[in-house]
Amino acid sequence: MSTLVAAQAPESRSSSGFRLAMLLPGALVTFLLILFSLALVLFLAFRGNDGSLLGVGLTAENFVTVASDPLYWTVTLRSLIIAGLVTLATVVTAYPVAYYLAFHAGSRRGLLLFLVTLPFWTSYLLRVFAWKIVLAYNGVLNSALIESGIWSEPTLAFLNTPAAVVVTLAHAYAPFAILPIYVALDTIPKSLLEAASDLGARPFTVFRRVVLPNSMPGVLAAALVVFVPTVGDYVTPAMVGGPVSTMIGTLIQSQFGKANDWPFGAALSVCVMLVILVVVLVARGADRRFGSRT
Amino acid sequence: MKAERTSTKRDGRWLGLYVLAYLVFLYLPVLLIPLFSFNDSIQAAFPLQGFTLEWYATLYGNPALSGALLNSLVIGAIAASGATLCGITVSYMDLYGRSPLAATISAIARLPILIPGVIVGISLLILVNLVALGPSRIAIVLGHILVALPTTVVIMRSRFAAIPRSVREAALDLGASDWTTFRRVMLPLSLPAVLSAFMLAFLISFDEFIVVFFLAGTEPTLPLYIWSQLRFPRSLPTVMALGTVILAVSFIIAGTAEFLRHRGLGAARRNPA
Repeated sequence: MSTLVAAQAPESRSSSGFRLAMLLPGALVTFLLILFSLALVLFLAFRGNDGSLLGVGLTAENFVTVASDPLYWTVTLRSLIIAGLVTLATVVTAYPVAYYLAFHAGSRRGLLLFLVTLPFWTSYLLRVFAWKIVLAYNGVLNSALIESGIWSEPTLAFLNTPAAVVVTLAHAYAPFAILPIYVALDTIPKSLLEAASDLGARPFTVFRRVVLPNSMPGVLAAALVVFVPTVGDYVTPAMVGGPVSTMIGTLIQSQFGKANDWPFGAALSVCVMLVILVVVLVARGADRRFGSRT
Repeated sequence: MKAERTSTKRDGRWLGLYVLAYLVFLYLPVLLIPLFSFNDSIQAAFPLQGFTLEWYATLYGNPALSGALLNSLVIGAIAASGATLCGITVSYMDLYGRSPLAATISAIARLPILIPGVIVGISLLILVNLVALGPSRIAIVLGHILVALPTTVVIMRSRFAAIPRSVREAALDLGASDWTTFRRVMLPLSLPAVLSAFMLAFLISFDEFIVVFFLAGTEPTLPLYIWSQLRFPRSLPTVMALGTVILAVSFIIAGTAEFLRHRGLGAARRNPA
């Protein structure tokens, strides 16, 4: 018996008690907290609102309302445009930083990497608040412009605009974008770049034909990591966006608060998840295309 | 070839300037908070008035604030412990468990990155109401475990993956049980990553607002307290003083976590077996 056990691979000796104890916390959290609670949202989205916790009946009415009321189309479209602009701005401004980190930073790389990711670990609420005091009527930007003689009167044009939301979110999610792009750029073998220039490619051609396609998985990952939290955000629109920048997250939040129509809020959430699913699938497809090219 | 080199060098210099400008953009708005926290005016605007510590003095003896702080610390510690425990076990079983279940759990555990905070918040709100728990500190802990989970799983996974497989196999071949191997070999080898995962999970919980907004009952966390104060212009200087303290502490914890993570990785590279 003992020789039989010894002959087996170490993996197969795992005691069932060990496996159970090691799998249990993760299983509880993933199946109960993530999958089951998301299933509850999906279920609730097909219920009518009677003030009770899980609603009443089985209906597609919530989705009909979302589809037929132009308000929801406007807000959804606005959320997509704002989140899209935030993603574009964040990724485009982050790319050169990641490029510098991967190819030029040398011994300063560790420190720079730490400096660009540090703001991510500080309060999101405080970063949004910081932009509010920059953009406000009596704020830093206005007072600095007047103080330096460029402006003679404070302007209301900064705060409570969609542009304020884009700048604030691009600032808040900047560290998210740099890391995945840097990781992708860092895995490109330097010999590949040398081979390209040895074969006569000019620096810009090397970038366009070798570096950019090879870094696309990182760019797509960065875009996703920025797009997902921004599309559902309700704090930044409320603090610096004003009524003209209401986003879908704000509507969901108000259904679970003031409006007290949870089934409708759940239906809006399901729509947001569907949009994100489409974006993820498109990103996957693009990833595969770039993957096959290199 | 020579011309190529100099042009790369010049590109590097321009890029270096860009990175510098980017860092200014990243830090300037954040650093305004400490700057105005010492300013002797209710208004956060230039020119600066006198230097004052008055706003910091208002932080003391504020029961609502200290209650929220204590709440955040307790919730942060429990949620970070839960998220780190899950991060350790999920990634360990994913790498060594050899079962489709472990791989599935690991994949779902990294899913919350793809769910906006508002949806994490409302889905947990429905769940805790269903089990008659309602908005409460336990609900917040559950929410923060979810939000921190992808981070702890990714950190622990990369750490376990960096330990050569032969280490674990040697322990098992020498007769150690799974428990002993895990507790005496694998866990001590990944201790810096465990501490780093815990600290980052704590920070995530400590700063989290979007999810907690739905799950808090009568006992707010610090970000909720700040949110409630932002409505009153008179309390903004106090918020800035509080924000400065939070920024300083966050920077220190994040710096320590980063240091530990690097030390762990460095040690793994120095002694590969």
